[in-house]
Amino acid sequence: MKLTNGKSRKSERLIALLAVAIFLFSPPLIIIVDRFSSSSVSWLPLYLFAAWGVVIGLTAWLMEQR
Amino acid sequence: MRTDALILVTAFGYLALLFIVAAWGDRRAEQGRSLIGSPTVYALSIAVYCTAWTFYGSVGRAAEHGPSFLLIYLGPTLAMLMAPVVIRKMVRIAARQRITSIADFISARYGKSTSLGALVALMALISITPYIALQLKAITVSHAVLVNYPNTADTTLVDERFWMDKSLWVALVLAVFIILFGTRHLDASERHEGMVAAIALESLVKLVAFMAVGIFVVFVMYEGPGALFSSVAATPELVEKMGLNSVPGGATGWVGMLILAFLAFLTLPRQFQVLVVENVDEQHLTRASWLFPLYMLLINLFVIPIAFAGLLLGVGAGDSDSFVLTLPLSAGLEGLPLLVFIGGLSAATGMVIVETIALSTMVSNQLVMPLLLRSKRMHLSTSGELAGWLLGIRRIAIVLILLLGYLYHALIGDSYSLVTIGLVSFAGAAQFAPALLIGLYWRGATRKGATAGLIAGFVVWSYTLLIPGFAQSGWLDATLLTQGPWGISWLIPYRLFGLDGWDIYTHSLLWSMLANIGLLVGISLFTRPTPFEQTQAALFTQALHPNLQTTALWRGQTTQGELKELLIRYLGNQVTHRVFSQSDSKSNEHPDNPATADLITRSEQALAGSLGSASARVLINSVVRGEALDIESILSILDTTSQTLEYNRRLEQKSQELLAVSDELRGANERLRELDRLKDEFVAMVSHELRTPLTSIRAFAEILRDSGQLPDEKRQHFLGVIVHESQRLSRLIEEILDLARLESGRLTLNPTPLDLSALARQSVDAVARLHEDRGISLDVSITAETAIVVGDQDRLEQVIINLLDNASKFADRDHPEVRLSLYRHRQHYRLSVEDNGPGISADERERVFEKFHQIQQSGETPRGRPKGSGLGLPISRGIIAHLGGRLWVEDAKTLGGACLTLELPAAPDKAVPDDPKTIDG
Repeated sequence: MKLTNGKSRKSERLIALLAVAIFLFSPPLIIIVDRFSSSSVSWLPLYLFAAWGVVIGLTAWLMEQR
Repeated sequence: MRTDALILVTAFGYLALLFIVAAWGDRRAEQGRSLIGSPTVYALSIAVYCTAWTFYGSVGRAAEHGPSFLLIYLGPTLAMLMAPVVIRKMVRIAARQRITSIADFISARYGKSTSLGALVALMALISITPYIALQLKAITVSHAVLVNYPNTADTTLVDERFWMDKSLWVALVLAVFIILFGTRHLDASERHEGMVAAIALESLVKLVAFMAVGIFVVFVMYEGPGALFSSVAATPELVEKMGLNSVPGGATGWVGMLILAFLAFLTLPRQFQVLVVENVDEQHLTRASWLFPLYMLLINLFVIPIAFAGLLLGVGAGDSDSFVLTLPLSAGLEGLPLLVFIGGLSAATGMVIVETIALSTMVSNQLVMPLLLRSKRMHLSTSGELAGWLLGIRRIAIVLILLLGYLYHALIGDSYSLVTIGLVSFAGAAQFAPALLIGLYWRGATRKGATAGLIAGFVVWSYTLLIPGFAQSGWLDATLLTQGPWGISWLIPYRLFGLDGWDIYTHSLLWSMLANIGLLVGISLFTRPTPFEQTQAALFTQALHPNLQTTALWRGQTTQGELKELLIRYLGNQVTHRVFSQSDSKSNEHPDNPATADLITRSEQALAGSLGSASARVLINSVVRGEALDIESILSILDTTSQTLEYNRRLEQKSQELLAVSDELRGANERLRELDRLKDEFVAMVSHELRTPLTSIRAFAEILRDSGQLPDEKRQHFLGVIVHESQRLSRLIEEILDLARLESGRLTLNPTPLDLSALARQSVDAVARLHEDRGISLDVSITAETAIVVGDQDRLEQVIINLLDNASKFADRDHPEVRLSLYRHRQHYRLSVEDNGPGISADERERVFEKFHQIQQSGETPRGRPKGSGLGLPISRGIIAHLGGRLWVEDAKTLGGACLTLELPAAPDKAVPDDPKTIDG
């Protein structure tokens, strides 16, 4: 019982992480980050790499849990 | 120096190394020590996604369109997040049905339809050819740049026919290489372990090469990222470059590209090949779901710095697609450009190898084989001939696919940049996504719906992306793009129905997906699937259902001989032997015996692994009479087994409970039997005890009645006996009543505080006469002057007299001695009565408290009459227990016989009686 429970929690968490990733990579947030740096070199790429790294880190943490 | 010879030797040397790795991988696979049984290798093989398009084109796209190049990698990151759910399902299905390609997969989902498989194969061929052209172009251009620098590569490409020939040679060399690589043998499972190992190595090489350039540019050409970005900040036209404004289509284009990359990652034939077909263990998906995105992040880390550095360098860097090469060249380096060339070659060859193998499998299994089976089936005579046919078809297909790619490159490719070609292919491959993904989760999707959706999506894609490409390269009238066909403006390919301001890919994706999904869902809702289609639909949508693992899916009948003949004819002796030797019913192996469902399933899988599922089904149907399981059976397997499991679980729970209850009942029953037995014994004993005095009373009474002239003294004696026995009888009845009251809990006691020492003396006085008569010396030792306890005076006296009486009976016959002592023990008073008799052995000590228990005195002749009723001690113990005390037997300390001790708790001080009479007794 405990095992199946843990497994289903894992997929639930994975789906939640997917939703977070989609939000991080999508326009509402992208536009905000882009506007944030109107005068200098855009922060957008830096933000994207950072968000990407966070998503990868969270996935790794989630998937490598036993 | 960068001579042609050096470059060629390096390139061929690298290809040879790859070949050795592949051959090694294949050999290890044959030995059963797979090289690719690791999630890391699996993740690296997925990195075949990063082609020459990534290697050279990302920088070009970053230079032109800002951060939009990242979307090509963020989409797959999202897809890999879903890998443990979605891709796992695909892997499970592919493994069970021996799927060989995405065309095979879609065909199998919709009832193993031959026509649908052929359609998908054809669409894949058309949409992927430009992508292969792109790789050829990348290799040729990078080679040209390497040799001609600092002259620009583009001009030489157009001017000299020699370089044009070069890309033809590249295509042919690759064709030979892929034939050696991918069609060395025809396996039952269409897996290429050696190829995967080589691809994984290539992924490492291209990553190292790209990062080397990045590090060189950032840390050698500039002094770290800070220096680079301050130069960028000082150049006004570059400042805006990485903002959202540079992305074609703005926010809409952003979302469109993200979706496009997401879908294409799952549906590109080469991605399907490495993700699903070449997967050796679905557990690998877990690691790959983050390792592959990490790979993509690393390989893109230096794209923006390289793009900026190239743009800052200006004209000297040439075309932005070649920045990766021209930047180290401009710095006058020799080794690094060669490494970059090898990296680019890795990226390009990796893609071409996997893509071509995937496409050639589709062409042979989905296009040629069905035709061949229709016309050629009867003519295959020698065993295993088909394997040769298949290999031949695939080899020809490989050469043709690469020539097609070369033609596209030679005729059209020059008018496009790398990224543009790639995205056209992406949008084409994405057309498979609705049929694939919806079919994976919606059982109602039908073959007709899928076919209509695919055709419509493909037509819209062709019209909005492929044909405009022809127009741009001058094959078609360019007015098509500005005024629409026949001047109809709302049919302009890039602005369909007047939709303006979108980038061309999002625009195409919107209309093609609308047509594709709309028709798939719409037609599915209004058509009926065939029974077999329903079966396959259930098998696909329920693929992760645990009950499907072990179910044999055939119900038809055939003999083993027929099946064996079929397999030998198409797959050869070796494979046939393998299929039959796995059989678990070896003992029944005989050509005339019926083949088991399991054997039929395995045979179909073996055929499917080589020929594709549609052809395999046609072949199996030619020998098997009957059908595969229909939808009702599948559904009932899925439903009933889960219900059965539930019932089983409940049943088990119930039977556990029953077991526990029956244990309890058995225990209770045993107790009842024991009680019953004790009751019977008790009744027997009581009867016996009552009969003895009754008998003697009756006997003496009869003597008195019958003999009239008895002397007086004799008459007196007899009457005395009768009286004595009557007393004994009434005492016995009194005791039995006491016992009955004790056991039923109806014994009424009047507990009052009283002085136990006074009571003891009183009892001693009561028996003194009797003791004197018997010559017993009684010793009394009372150390506690006043021993106040709570008790019932009469009952306690009865107990003490009983103890003294017992002691006198069992004391030594010649010099009987009895000793009574009363003393305080902690919070209790103890009264013990000792005798100097033989004592009571340890195992008898508890039994003396049993009803009617008479001690057998060993070594002495049993006395004529029992010394007591055997009820005194049980009653005494019952009374003492009721008063909160204990009564037990131990060894006599002073006299050496038995010692019976009663213990009663001392009464609390305030309970001192105010009635002195009670104390005095």
